[in-house]
Amino acid sequence: MSDYSITILNFIAIQAIVACGLNVIVGYAGQISLGHAAFFGIGAYSSALLTTKAGLTFWAALPLVILITAAIGLVLGMPSLRLREDFLAVTTIGINFIVESVFLYVPFFGGALGLGGIPSIVFFGARLRGVNFLYLCLFFLALVLLISRRFTKSWAGLACFALREEETAASSMGVSPVRFKLMAFVIGTAMAGLGGALYAHQMRFISATDFGFPLSVMMMSMVVLGGIGTLWGPVLGALILGMLPEIFRPLVDYRMLLNAAILLLMIRFQPGGLLGEGSFLRRVFPKRRGTTHG
Amino acid sequence: MQLFIEQLLNGAAMGAIYALITLGLALVYGVLRILHVAHAGVYTAGAYVGLYIHSLTGSLLLAVFGAMAFCGVLGVVIERLVYTPLLKFPPFVPLIGSIAVFLALEEIFRLVGGPYILSFPAELPFPGITVRGVVISPAIISIYAVSASVLLILWFIVTKTEFGLAMRATSQDRDIAGAMGIDSAFTISMTFVLGSAVAAIAGILVGIYFNQVYPTMGAVPAYKCLALIVVGGLGSLPGAVLASLLLGIGETLLIGYANIPLPRDSLAFIAMIAVLLWRPGGLMGNR
Repeated sequence: MSDYSITILNFIAIQAIVACGLNVIVGYAGQISLGHAAFFGIGAYSSALLTTKAGLTFWAALPLVILITAAIGLVLGMPSLRLREDFLAVTTIGINFIVESVFLYVPFFGGALGLGGIPSIVFFGARLRGVNFLYLCLFFLALVLLISRRFTKSWAGLACFALREEETAASSMGVSPVRFKLMAFVIGTAMAGLGGALYAHQMRFISATDFGFPLSVMMMSMVVLGGIGTLWGPVLGALILGMLPEIFRPLVDYRMLLNAAILLLMIRFQPGGLLGEGSFLRRVFPKRRGTTHG
Repeated sequence: MQLFIEQLLNGAAMGAIYALITLGLALVYGVLRILHVAHAGVYTAGAYVGLYIHSLTGSLLLAVFGAMAFCGVLGVVIERLVYTPLLKFPPFVPLIGSIAVFLALEEIFRLVGGPYILSFPAELPFPGITVRGVVISPAIISIYAVSASVLLILWFIVTKTEFGLAMRATSQDRDIAGAMGIDSAFTISMTFVLGSAVAAIAGILVGIYFNQVYPTMGAVPAYKCLALIVVGGLGSLPGAVLASLLLGIGETLLIGYANIPLPRDSLAFIAMIAVLLWRPGGLMGNR
């Protein structure tokens, strides 16, 4: 494979990790979030700052990065306790715009110039580039999928499904909306933080506009396209939306239009996603017993 | 002092334009409970069609009515082809559909109109006014006059006509309204016509005011006006107007006088989150 296609695959793997995080929030807990790119950005910026300004290695910084992102996710997840659906959707859009402008206008975060000079990841003395970086991304993606799967099988996952389906009924049965919604936000944003850290060290240069609202829409589209609340849906969505621009590259000027048109057609005719209930893939390949979602 | 009054007038003009766009969103939200992001695409279409007709015929009046008709049809097409079939799904499904429509529209404008800024050389048929040294440009006068009359007409339609009654009934409960003999599908489509025609007017006004029409001119209003209908109280028309005017004036004055290090476009969202923490139903919401 050429370096170029490996780079594309790296991005797809990273976006799949972040989309899996969004899936925990939106798919499992049913809390709409259109500001997920903000947490991706928070992960990328904290990893970049910890490795350049504090001089930590990627591995020493990673736990801190995940902790920081999850902590901010906990705080910014609070609106979900007070607001429902459309109010929450617009609030999360707002969070994304505000976080982006903080990165853009506060000199500590590099301002409009962004942050550069982010070191490559070193693994047992060797710098991870190309295919090796892809293996690292795939390892973390597998880890994220494993955690997602464990989550759906756990009592906490069950509680989230109950809240998603009928919050009033679930809370009257003793399922705490506060605890489990915030838990979903923490897990989901932690995964976004991990993806952000990988992104920062892959690009080695980041700027605020990388984490704007269009990326949040992209993430949400991946989850919806693949199948919201399914285990593999976000990965499939990331793969399709990551490949589309490459497939349409020869069309130059009409590329973005086709992208938007495909997204529109998908949401119009397969609103449950490719792997969701009632999709054409599910009809062709009926699901075996033992579902991964509620 | 003169400068302050001019700033205030500019801010109110921005607020009036926000109000025209936001009203369409609030109307649509009222009847369908959908966050109509593509509304900003309709608004941009209004500016382009208006500019095109104006450059063909030279008549501003024709341009306005042509753009209103075009956008009315565009609004209904979006409603019928995208929103109505998606209504039975959770709210984020039509929302993503709407964002996809908006992105596609932006690309179409770029491909048809070119990726550059076009100017809107409209000659307004009246001069500007100077009161005690405060200059009021003809563009600002037309914004005030047009938006005040549009608001008045909308208020009349919504509160005094049978169609307005049908619209209010549909927004309270579509099924019950249908059971009472209201053709809710027709009412919803007409609401889209109304909201989209008003957006077309807003597009032309913005085009003349800034003398600019470009493919991404809807990008900022698309999301800012969502914040405005939330602040106003989702679906509340007076709330939407109030929030728009406050934001237009607030933005202009804050940028002019307080040296805040944030871009003007994130102000709307900061204000929104502050208002929601204080009143989770919005300024004039009843939830």
